Amino acid sequence: MKTYLPIFVVVAVLALVPFVTASNVVLNFLVVTLLIALAGQGWNLLGGYGGQYSFGHAAFFGTGAYVTAILQVQYGINAWFGLLIGIAAGALVGIVIGALSFRWGLRGSYFSLVTLAFAEVLRIVASVAPITGAGVGTLIKLDLRPEAFQFQSRAPFYWIALGLVGLSLIVVRGIENSRFGAYLVAIRENEDAARALGVDTFSVKLAAMIVSAAITAAAGCFYAQYFLFLDAAIAYGTWISIDALLAPIVGGVGTLFGPLLGALIIKMLGESTKLVTGGAPGLDLAIYGLLLIAVVGLAPRGIAGLLSALVPRRFRPPSVPEHHHG
Amino acid sequence: MAKPLLLVDGLHTGYGSTEILRGVDFHVKPSEIVTVLGANGAGKSTMSRAISGVTRPWAGTIRFKDDAIERAQPAEIVARGLIQVPEGRRIFPNMTVRENLDLGAYRRGRSRRNVNRNRVFSIFPRLSERQSQRAGTLSGGEQQMLAIGRGLMAEPELLILDEPSLGLSPLLVEELFVLIKNINAQGIAVLLIEQNVVQSLEVAQRAYILDNGRFVLEGPAAQIANDPDLKRTYLGM
Repeated sequence: MKTYLPIFVVVAVLALVPFVTASNVVLNFLVVTLLIALAGQGWNLLGGYGGQYSFGHAAFFGTGAYVTAILQVQYGINAWFGLLIGIAAGALVGIVIGALSFRWGLRGSYFSLVTLAFAEVLRIVASVAPITGAGVGTLIKLDLRPEAFQFQSRAPFYWIALGLVGLSLIVVRGIENSRFGAYLVAIRENEDAARALGVDTFSVKLAAMIVSAAITAAAGCFYAQYFLFLDAAIAYGTWISIDALLAPIVGGVGTLFGPLLGALIIKMLGESTKLVTGGAPGLDLAIYGLLLIAVVGLAPRGIAGLLSALVPRRFRPPSVPEHHHG
Repeated sequence: MAKPLLLVDGLHTGYGSTEILRGVDFHVKPSEIVTVLGANGAGKSTMSRAISGVTRPWAGTIRFKDDAIERAQPAEIVARGLIQVPEGRRIFPNMTVRENLDLGAYRRGRSRRNVNRNRVFSIFPRLSERQSQRAGTLSGGEQQMLAIGRGLMAEPELLILDEPSLGLSPLLVEELFVLIKNINAQGIAVLLIEQNVVQSLEVAQRAYILDNGRFVLEGPAAQIANDPDLKRTYLGM
C-alpha cells in the first residue's frame, strides 16, 4: 500500500483546486493538462517502461473519441456507456497494431514508423468516411446533464479527468510492482537477453500495448465529451501523438509521475509563449520549440530524472531508462 | 551409456538464404561438460541460438529430455530447463545486480527465488557484495558472472554458455573456468561454446570442433587436445 501513497496525496491535493479558484481559464487549462497527462501515461507504459516508442498514439485517442461520439450521435447510446466502449475499442486497435508489428519483430524506429502510419491511415479514413461526418466532423448535441456526461461548470469535468489520471497512475504503479512490469522493463533494457531468460516478449509487449492503448483511448473519450466536437485532424491528428510522447519525455520517461509533470510543463510553456508573443503569428510555436529543445537538452532524463538526481540512490525508483534505439 | 539430455540430429539453419549450419549432430549427457570449439564464423553462436529457439532450424531435430524442441518458443525451452547465457554479457545495465538475478527466476516462484539467489551468491560471492549496485557499473568479468548467475536462477538442467571468456583478462578466464567446473559439480550439464581451446579442453569431458558449419572432429577432450589434426583444422597450421 505504501507505494500507492504518493498517488493518493497528489490526487487529493489536486482535487482541492476547484475550491481555491473558480476561474474557467485556470480550470480549462488544468483539464487539458490532465487530458495530456492521461494520454501520455498510456504512451509512457509502452514507451517509457517497455521501450517501444510509438509515434501514433493518436490511433487510440481518436478511436476512443470517435466511438464515444458516434455511439451517442448515431445510435443514441449513453455517453458513460460510450466511454467504456470507447476504451475497449481503443484497446482493440492496440491489439491489431501490436499483434501485426510485434509478430513481425518490428523494433526501434521501425515500430515507431509503423504506428505513425496506422494513425495516419485512420486519420485519412476518418476524413472521408460518412460515419465520422467526414470533412464536416461530428458534433455531439449539447445536453448538460451529468447522466449525459456533460456539465454546466468545469469543476466536475476537472474531477473526472483527475479521477481518470489517478486510476491510470494506480494501474501503472501496479504494473511497476508486478512480474509483468519487471518483464516489460527487461525488454526495454535488452530484448534479446529477456528472451534468453524465457520472457515471452511477444505477449508482454502486446499486453503492454493493450493497456497503453486503453489508457490513451480514455483520454480521447473524455476529449469528445469535453469539447463536444471532433474531426479527423483533431481525433487522429499528429498533435496528440506528439503531446502524448512529449509529456512523458519532458517529465521523465518510464517514471510514474513523468507524464503528469511533463504535461504541466509543456502546457505551461505553450500558454506562456502565446501570452508573451501576443499577435505575431507562429512566433509562439518557434519559441515553444526552442524551449522544448532546451528542456530535453538540459534534462535528458526528464524533470523526474533531474529531481531524482538530487535524492539519494536508495530512495530512487529502480532503473531509469537511457535513450536506446536498436 | 547414459541417455542423452540434449540430442541434436542433422541440424541445418542460417539467416536469409545463407546456410550457416550444414548438418550438425551431437549430444550432451546429464551432468556432462561438452565444449564446441571453432573459429569466428564457424557457426558456434548460430548453433546456440538454434538450440535455444531464437533462430529457427531449417531441418533436423533437437530433443531435450526426449521431447522435440525444435519448434518450441524460447520461453518454453527455458521453462523446460535449458538455459542459454548469450554472447556478450547481455545484462540489464540500469537494474541492480539483485534485480538482474531475480528476473531470471520469476518462472520458478518466490520461494525458489531466495534459494536460488543464495546458491548463486555462494558460487559468486562478489555478486553478493554488489547486490544493490547498478549492473552497468560492474567490471567486464563481474558482468559475465552476473549473466551466468542469472542463467542459474532459472534452475537449468543444461546451461549453454556462449563464449563466456570473450574479452576477459587471462586471470579472470582462469577464475571463470574454475567456476564453470563448480557449477557442473552441482549436477548441471554445461554446453560450453568457446574459442579458448586450451582451457575449454581442460574442463570439458568431450569436445566437438566446428568448422564451416560442420563438425570436423569430435571425441573425448583429452584425446582432442593431443590430436595433431586439431592444430591443422582449427588453427589452420
